[in-house]
Amino acid sequence: MAIFVNENTKVIVQGLTGGQGKYHGLRNRDYGTQIVGGVTPGKGGQDVEGIPIFNSVAEAVDATGADASFAAVPPRFAPGAILEAAEAGIGFVVCITEGIPAQDEALTYNRLVRDFPNTRLLGPNCPGIISPGKCNIGITAGEIAQNPTAEGPNVGIVSRSGTLTYQALYELKQQGIGVSTCVGIGGDPVPGTSFIDCIREFEADPETHAIMMLGEIGGSAEEEAAEYITASVSKPMAAYIAGVTAPAGKKMGHAGAIVSGGKGTAQGKMDALSAAGVKVGLNPTEAGELMAGIVKTL
Amino acid sequence: MDLFEYQGKQYFARYDIPVSPGGPADTVDEAVREANNAGYPVVVKAQVQVGGRGKAGGIQLADDEAAVREHAGNILGMDIKGHTVRRVWVEKASDIDEEYYVSFTLDRAEKQHLMMLSAEGGVEIETVAEENPDAIVKLHIDPVDGLTAERARQACVDAKLPERALDGATDIIVKLYRCYTEGDCDLAEINPLILKPTGEVHALDAKVTLDGSAEFRHPEWEDFKGLTEMDEREQMAAEKDLQYIGLEGSVGIIANGAGLAMSTLDVVNQVGGSAANFLDIGGGANADVMAGALEVINSDDSVQSIFINIFGGITRGEEVAKGIVEAMGRVDLRAPIVIRLDGTNAEEGRQILLDAGIPADKLRSEPTMLDAARAAVALAD
Repeated sequence: MAIFVNENTKVIVQGLTGGQGKYHGLRNRDYGTQIVGGVTPGKGGQDVEGIPIFNSVAEAVDATGADASFAAVPPRFAPGAILEAAEAGIGFVVCITEGIPAQDEALTYNRLVRDFPNTRLLGPNCPGIISPGKCNIGITAGEIAQNPTAEGPNVGIVSRSGTLTYQALYELKQQGIGVSTCVGIGGDPVPGTSFIDCIREFEADPETHAIMMLGEIGGSAEEEAAEYITASVSKPMAAYIAGVTAPAGKKMGHAGAIVSGGKGTAQGKMDALSAAGVKVGLNPTEAGELMAGIVKTL
Repeated sequence: MDLFEYQGKQYFARYDIPVSPGGPADTVDEAVREANNAGYPVVVKAQVQVGGRGKAGGIQLADDEAAVREHAGNILGMDIKGHTVRRVWVEKASDIDEEYYVSFTLDRAEKQHLMMLSAEGGVEIETVAEENPDAIVKLHIDPVDGLTAERARQACVDAKLPERALDGATDIIVKLYRCYTEGDCDLAEINPLILKPTGEVHALDAKVTLDGSAEFRHPEWEDFKGLTEMDEREQMAAEKDLQYIGLEGSVGIIANGAGLAMSTLDVVNQVGGSAANFLDIGGGANADVMAGALEVINSDDSVQSIFINIFGGITRGEEVAKGIVEAMGRVDLRAPIVIRLDGTNAEEGRQILLDAGIPADKLRSEPTMLDAARAAVALAD
């Protein structure tokens, strides 16, 4: 088991003929992911290293039976690409695009909720998702992820930041801990998939025994997750929040990472998670060690 | 991108939101000219991106030319909470019956737009929220539906705006929503929104934050650049398209990804050091970007050591290494580098650095983030 994607997931890459799409799409295939097609309007009939290109997502779905999409297209085309995938019946869309205007992002999210409730969007501006040994969609370097074991214990990871996601995978690999699925939800203001969405799935996934969460300053997603954890999560958790030293009022790279009006501070988030029974580390390594400690007791 | 008041008013005017006639001025003579154009009495307002201008003496009423000369002379060059006033906005003074507050922003928790409206404007909205939260009407707007005039008007009624203000306020609110959405604002705020004795409603102030991601479809934003409040380092980084924030410490930071960059600051702090900056070279950064980042860091005199923290995903280790080698050939780096390189093609990257034959007192590699932070902090002491 894993959450959202597994060895049976069939993926098309929107933008496979572009630089990023090709590089990461092929890397995902090399990892063992079933990359069954690519979509680039006007380039249907061509192929990228044997992967057939289609003019539309609908055509690609008809021909390949794809159920997931990896959207690697520029910001101005990303909202259209996401909605096209949803319209074609794709159930899981991973969008790595950084720099989509917030207005477009909010509109796209609400359109999905209203018109395509069966499509889950991961991202945008996220590193993607990896179920180690089974499926890797996005930009994560697969070799840093430790495969889960049948008997466990395995950890599920959910993170708001790309590089911190890799850091978490790396820390767990150093500790020899298997990962069921690692989800990067992205650092934008309106992520399609939230911490809570992932934690709920991990809680229900029999192959996941503990959950690691990496948050950052800005917004209230971590605080909301803490409330959810208190009410509904039985599996042990460790967490790390980036941005303890971030000055207020400055956007720390991510569009969503800003402390404003005294809200969204790292300390507030750490306190909320601690109160929910989550073990909180002061840096990614410490969070990894805390998780190792948890795993030993399982 | 935060706009100054006068820029915000210029932006509002594009969306037909009524503002007072006036103009910006960088000198006393220009201020007089704008005042003569607008007609007396006028208000001379300091243009700084910080609250509390009025209390600091940065907003003055002037009845005639002599008063404009005096006030503009005083305000230009004035220091307001560390911000030097380089420009004033001179506008026709308004008779005010009542002051309201209205703003649009994104409610991230609800994933919808949020309008806040209050009949108690002219003061900090945070204060109203604290002392009299019921005085603020909050309205969520699904971006798919948008905001209708009917809902806007009902919000005005709910906020207890007087009957004679309803038409004018509704009209402005609908226009402000258009400005917020089509104009790609992260924040569009009018405080105060005023009701004049004549029954007209208009924007007496403007607070606008533009969403930098939408710049590609707003060529008109070009006018707002320059005169922004960036220090030299931030200016240089902006020209190189780097996400940079200047800080006070001595360890220069370069990392890929906002989360890792923030985390790097935290770790440096934890081991007893302090960061000179936040710098995210972003995903997919190539050699040229890395070289540019090093140049920016090198321009900061307070930097005593440089900590490069890279975990490759989109960013490839060999590109990072090439960039460092290139930068070291291009610029004379004053401070030593400590690098931690992991992830995509990290091996190749480390090999490139090794092959370059850079002396160990200029560049050293550490296996983990914590080790590298300790080494960089030790070098900065």
